[in-house]
Amino acid sequence: MDLYSEIILDYFKNPVNKGKIVEPTGTATEDNPTCGDKIRVDLLLDKKGKVLEAKFSGEGCAISQAATSMLTEKLIGKTPAQIKKIDNEMIYKMLNIPISPARVKCALLGLVTAKKAAILCGAPAAKK
Amino acid sequence: MFDPKKVKKDFPILSRKINGKPLVYLDNASTSQKPKSVINTISNYYENFNSNTHRGIHTMSEEATIAYENTREHVMKFINANLPKEIIFTRNTTEAINLVAYSWGEENIKSGDEIIVSAIEHHSNLVPWQELCRRKNATLKIIPIKKDLTLDLPAYEKMLSKKTKLVSITAMSNVLGYMPDLSKIIKAAHKVGALVLVDAAQSVAHLPTDVKKLDCDFLAFSSHKMLGPTGVGVLYGKYEILSDMNPFMFGGDMVKSVEQHKAYWNDLPWKFEAGTPNIADVIAFDAALTYLEKIGLENIHKHDQKLLKYAVAKFSKYEKHGVSLILPTYKSATFDSSQVSSILSFSIKGIHPHDIATIFNDEGVAIRSGYHCSQPLIEHLNLSSTARMSFYFYNTKADIDRAEIALKKTIKLFK
Repeated sequence: MDLYSEIILDYFKNPVNKGKIVEPTGTATEDNPTCGDKIRVDLLLDKKGKVLEAKFSGEGCAISQAATSMLTEKLIGKTPAQIKKIDNEMIYKMLNIPISPARVKCALLGLVTAKKAAILCGAPAAKK
Repeated sequence: MFDPKKVKKDFPILSRKINGKPLVYLDNASTSQKPKSVINTISNYYENFNSNTHRGIHTMSEEATIAYENTREHVMKFINANLPKEIIFTRNTTEAINLVAYSWGEENIKSGDEIIVSAIEHHSNLVPWQELCRRKNATLKIIPIKKDLTLDLPAYEKMLSKKTKLVSITAMSNVLGYMPDLSKIIKAAHKVGALVLVDAAQSVAHLPTDVKKLDCDFLAFSSHKMLGPTGVGVLYGKYEILSDMNPFMFGGDMVKSVEQHKAYWNDLPWKFEAGTPNIADVIAFDAALTYLEKIGLENIHKHDQKLLKYAVAKFSKYEKHGVSLILPTYKSATFDSSQVSSILSFSIKGIHPHDIATIFNDEGVAIRSGYHCSQPLIEHLNLSSTARMSFYFYNTKADIDRAEIALKKTIKLFK
């Protein structure tokens, strides 16, 4: 099985949900200092507390960019509590490529960031 | 002149296959491969005279001690030091630099003093000085890098003053392959009474090293980047300076006599070698030095330069596909070969270096990607990280042709 499958390359070249949300309910940035990867995830909740919009920005390798892009699609409709419960296995299944120990951090960087953003959705907004 | 195709055969690992393809090893700035003679020396020690040094009366302890101390003398000759006691064995370059930072630094750096390093240092020649300055309330000054990726020496000369106590500088950047004008830097530092430490981790494997000619006060390097085993570093220091310094670590072997509440330090160099040293690997380092001398450092340098020129000519053809060469003095496919050696870092627009290194690995070509333990430099270059090829004397033009195939494949896959 190839690391750079067609799906991975497609999400890398034409990323879905790449960008920023102007006034996100929760936003977080995480980096992977050994690679120099940096990813930001923005979440916008609807009135029922479910994700209406999820976007990501930043730089990274094809694996972290594709994984984060695919993940943002899965976040739509979930509550922050549900996002916090997503396990790493879900990411591996979603990617469906062999992830070597050296690339685990790349695969999971988006999820770690999304969980942090989900936690911050519950934090009181700063006064403007 | 040696034949790189023939010397390849002395390195068992170089006949390995990676992903079904013959290994092309271009990560020599991380660590070099080891010739059979070095590997054999390690097993010979363990099979025939494994014992502790400097303490046993029995035959094997004597043999081990002699072989261990022989390496010290060999290192002394290799870098043209004056005395064997100027050579201290550590675990690696990092520990050698920390030894100076803790032992010399604790005694000699006061509040308000200044230490100078450059913008191209490896973390191992930056973080120990950051920490020393923090402990002592001293100031760390950084020699800036110019647009052509060489150091701004006039700026350095302006930084020097009576407050400057130490200049610690690399002899060859592990990211850029750049070799600063050390003799100029050292002379200027000595004029204001500052000492100079040279981080020779990269250079010592590629160029002749002469501490007398350089007139540096300290020089640090590792065995593993010059054919020797991991776990052996060297600190060279001028005798007068080392004798005034206090031990860095305390315990066995570094003492002359011990009372219940007080101890008396051993002589140089052993006062800096607390505990059982890395005997097997120090002894095998001797075989590495012998191998290097047989090839000849001047020959290695010539070969490195030929390969670098060849690689630059090949890789510069792909600039129109977003490839950038990160090479000091580089301008339209040429560079000043008196200032750079053996390393070619590059980036490809829109492709992360980890993805580049993965495709190269698929092709059997081992390169490094990331920060190369030089995060401030990489960030200064406005890159998130880089890919790096680093050459040694067992590499051939055919190896670079294989790297070019991998480069083409990378561009095709991601663009």
